[in-house]
Amino acid sequence: MSPLVFANNAPTLAERCKDAAGIALIALLLGIPMIGLTTADQGGSLQVLTRWPLLGAFVAAAFCGRLALRYGLDMLKQRRQTRDREAAARPGKRGVRSIRILELTGWLAFGIALVLPILFSDNRYVVDTATTVLIYVMLGWGLNVVVGLAGLLDLGHAAFYAVGAYAYALLSTQFGWGFWTALPVAGLTAAVFGLALGWPSLRLRGDYLAIVTLGFGEIIRVVLTNWTDLSGGPNGISSIPRPTFFGLPFVPSSDTGTFASFFGLEFSPMHRIIFLYYVILLLSLLTNVLVKRLRRLPIGRAWEAMREDEIACKALGMNITNVKLSAFALGAMLGGVAGVFFAARQGFISPESFTFNESAIILAIVVLGGMGSQLGVVLASVVLVLLPELGRDFAEYRMLLFGAAMILIMVWRPGGILSHREPTLRHQPAGEQA
Amino acid sequence: MRAGMSAENTILSVEHLTMRFGGLAAIDDLSLAVPAGKITGVIGPNGAGKTTFFNCLTGFYKPTEGVVSLNHPTRGALRLADLPSHQVAHVAQVVRTFQNIRLFPKMTVLENLIVAQHNALQKASGFSLAGILGLPSYRKAEQQAVAKAVDWLTRLNLIDKADTPAGALPYGTQRRVEIARALCVDPLLLCLDEPAAGLNPRESGELNELLLRLVADAKLTILLIEHDMSVVMNVSDHICVLNYGRKIAEGTPKQIQNDPNVIKAYLGEEDADELLHAEVSA
Repeated sequence: MSPLVFANNAPTLAERCKDAAGIALIALLLGIPMIGLTTADQGGSLQVLTRWPLLGAFVAAAFCGRLALRYGLDMLKQRRQTRDREAAARPGKRGVRSIRILELTGWLAFGIALVLPILFSDNRYVVDTATTVLIYVMLGWGLNVVVGLAGLLDLGHAAFYAVGAYAYALLSTQFGWGFWTALPVAGLTAAVFGLALGWPSLRLRGDYLAIVTLGFGEIIRVVLTNWTDLSGGPNGISSIPRPTFFGLPFVPSSDTGTFASFFGLEFSPMHRIIFLYYVILLLSLLTNVLVKRLRRLPIGRAWEAMREDEIACKALGMNITNVKLSAFALGAMLGGVAGVFFAARQGFISPESFTFNESAIILAIVVLGGMGSQLGVVLASVVLVLLPELGRDFAEYRMLLFGAAMILIMVWRPGGILSHREPTLRHQPAGEQA
Repeated sequence: MRAGMSAENTILSVEHLTMRFGGLAAIDDLSLAVPAGKITGVIGPNGAGKTTFFNCLTGFYKPTEGVVSLNHPTRGALRLADLPSHQVAHVAQVVRTFQNIRLFPKMTVLENLIVAQHNALQKASGFSLAGILGLPSYRKAEQQAVAKAVDWLTRLNLIDKADTPAGALPYGTQRRVEIARALCVDPLLLCLDEPAAGLNPRESGELNELLLRLVADAKLTILLIEHDMSVVMNVSDHICVLNYGRKIAEGTPKQIQNDPNVIKAYLGEEDADELLHAEVSA
């Protein structure tokens, strides 16, 4: 058999050849029946023919391929080791650089998000897709509080998304509330549902909590499907009013003036699309600032501490009930706000939009992005929304590619795309410690 | 024995404490008076009920029977078993460490110590409102919390590790961080569950000095579970020995070392073979 080859004591050429010869031998044994022998129809009877040159080529390819693969892997391993050694030699410096890069990436993403609808003002598809990405960013940031910071595995986040959407749909269609007045009310409603989920599951953790949240998500969906009087059942709620620009609707003509007529512009359906894009951008930026600030406050540190060790928190006199419920309530509220936006953008909602699949995607965004990382959520949302879009050309292989890509990302970075955790406060400025 | 000790000098009195798990009495009718400002050692063979005793004190278990009462200088007598578990640390100021270290491994040492001051900071942050707005009152409170943490880190010689994730530190250092974190809660009574476990002789020597210094400087009382006799016998003013949930002896280290019951509990019946074995391994 081929000997194991370790990178740190680089193998000699003879060792490499021996290793490759072992592989070539296996290739030969496999190749004799599979390639070397073949059958052909000759005058009605089946005859066995041999293809030795082809087999020879196959074995040679296996030999060379093994040499190249082994060499390539060893090089990679050595490079990684040198890099790790260098990093260990000056930890501070590398830390500072990576933080700088992260900050820069964040601002870059913000800049792109800001100018994107201007650059693509005539391309509805791009702006629409970007709006979808931002909805997922916002949902991801909401769930990140619960899963990433507080460490509570929540498989039912779509429930709060649904509560927010239905709260707005009902408030606007039944009571004529506007988007901006309904937004905080729907958010608070979702927060109350968050408390309703958090309260009975206070003692649960990990897998058990996941099951309860999964059930909760299904309960909300099933209730919405069956309580026809309230939610319209499977038909959902349609003709939900679209948000207006300070009272100016985005329609071709209206008695009270429209957005286009007020600003003396020619009517274009793109105005509303772009306006919606900036609304969700604003909402997600507010979310980002809120969550970032909370993380540096006692409550945020308490969330993280609870994720790390709940018993230690108790021993330090922390009221775990409050810490847990606040995480649930805040996460639910942010999900609810995203739901309000979703309902206003679509104009139509039904229980179909809030299935378990949705919860799974939001959770995938948080895990893929790197638990607790704000920028990671953005990158993961882009990946998860764009991959299926880009994969449209592959038709039926689309979801296969999507799954393969997710597996590859998790193999490449098991902690998520960005697993770096920046301390909430430092004794010495970053990089000054030895 | 300190039977004549007056009530003012007793910070914690345990009376007829019993903790049963089904038919098993992990603690059986334990009575103990812990003198204030001293180090009291609790020793006993494995499974004697020492950690269960700590769990009863610190609100992790509700005792089956008996009273644990803390003599708080400003809040009067507090029955620990009647307090919600998180108030044992917050209101009664009884703080513990754990046999298997329980730090917040991904958070830095400084963050660990700031989390310990959660209740005060949470109040100062106006339950996050003042904090979100970044009001100066909150900023000041946070600076004070950091100053306190830095003070303890300096005293425990941990200051150069302040920004290191706690989980990345060596075992002995983690033990010290856990003690520093407990001290940030302002304990009246500090319960240490095997603080010397896994420490090398030099480190446990340092631990001895640290414990003696804490009692002298910080005016706190320490209750110490420990297997390392070089620690218990050197620092304890008073020792209580448990075996099968019962108190079998109590007194000064010297008295305990010569107590026939204790020798029996640790070494078995006075059997020539076993005594020989004990001498060989000592």
